[in-house]
Amino acid sequence: METAIPTRMGDGSIARMTRSELRADIEDGVAQAVRRAKVEPLGADEREHLLDIYASPARFVGVDLGDEIVLSCDGTGMKTHATRTQDLQSYEQWMGADLLELCPGDYSLKVIRTILPYEAQRLHDALLCTIAPMQYGIMPNLGLYAKDDGPCENWSALLPQGKIAEARTAAEGAAEMAVADAVRMADVMWEAGADAIDFDTTGASGDPEFWATLRATELIHEKYPDLGIQLGMAGEFVLGMHGELEYDGKRLAGMWPKQQLEVVQKAGATMYGPVVNVNTGKSCAWNMARALAMVKPCMQIAEIPVHMNVGMGVGAVPMFVHPPGDAACRAAKACVDILRLDGL
Amino acid sequence: MGGIRAGGDLVARMQMTRGMRLKQAKEYVAGKLGVTPFDLSDVAAMTDVRDEHGFGRIHSYAISHPWQANLIEAKFNIARVLDVPVNCVEKFKERTGLL
Repeated sequence: METAIPTRMGDGSIARMTRSELRADIEDGVAQAVRRAKVEPLGADEREHLLDIYASPARFVGVDLGDEIVLSCDGTGMKTHATRTQDLQSYEQWMGADLLELCPGDYSLKVIRTILPYEAQRLHDALLCTIAPMQYGIMPNLGLYAKDDGPCENWSALLPQGKIAEARTAAEGAAEMAVADAVRMADVMWEAGADAIDFDTTGASGDPEFWATLRATELIHEKYPDLGIQLGMAGEFVLGMHGELEYDGKRLAGMWPKQQLEVVQKAGATMYGPVVNVNTGKSCAWNMARALAMVKPCMQIAEIPVHMNVGMGVGAVPMFVHPPGDAACRAAKACVDILRLDGL
Repeated sequence: MGGIRAGGDLVARMQMTRGMRLKQAKEYVAGKLGVTPFDLSDVAAMTDVRDEHGFGRIHSYAISHPWQANLIEAKFNIARVLDVPVNCVEKFKERTGLL
């Protein structure tokens, strides 16, 4: 009789599974990725290594010495326990963060329109008393540009009414506004001394939001070629809320990570963060197998660093407010060992 | 990679602002510092390297080094040794008449 090994489900709860059950989950996770994203399956050796990682009874696993990668992050300076500047110093001095991020608590692009000078002043001052590279982070969150939160008609309300053309016009208008706001933000943050801009959870409002972020990235890169731009996604698949938007002649709706990376590189970003969302009803091993298979094609075409999003609810880290360390370290090791990522 | 405990911030800077992939960034930084890419994650090796170049390091009440470069001073040294412009350092020079 096989020994049951403690492991985790996607919601963070403990599950006891045998090595055979874990193997079956990994096979199914890969198969799901192949079916949905039309990617190649992981190799037999890769699946076996993944099984070894998730079948380990160790509390903590890690990469080999010398295989360490850069850890990027969002929200290190957001008044977690002290002032925002002191939070950034804590991340740098106490936690050994590779990079730092100042961000507004709301984290939405539209919200910083009226507080941009204050945000830039904080960034300016924080840069004087830190060493690690610092980015300013926001999420494009295009939904805030639609009524009742914003000035544009609400495409999510128009679509169920069958008003397709009106919904598309509204989303396009919102996207243009977001581009203008993003470029203005970059203007101010560059003058304050920022090392980079981080567009996080890009595409949460579908293809109009992805288009807006790509267009903003292109314009910002043209103006400030030395300013880094990290573009992280919201999900593995770009939702077609508009359906006809294109960038570089490619339709954005329906793009999977490899296709996303192609347009992100074209726009001029310096870092790309693919996302594969967690299925809470499946094991972490299943989720990791699916995520690795979906992201692996990126690594063959990447010209810029790929920092896969591996945190609460993405990249096989449980959708739980305090992600269990045993699950997080397994996800990190799997990504480094099998994908040879540039960062997480 | 350990941030300023080791050389993680230096590699991250090349990724973030120059779009270098990990291997390229590690090799670039290691080449400028005369160490191996393996050393960049080694806190024991990198503490000496950071001291030598004035790159700043972990400070606390018990391990203070007020005679060493730190914070914005350290970024001047990082920009010079890595031969990469650091935006806030360039702005510092402009705003203090150093340029």
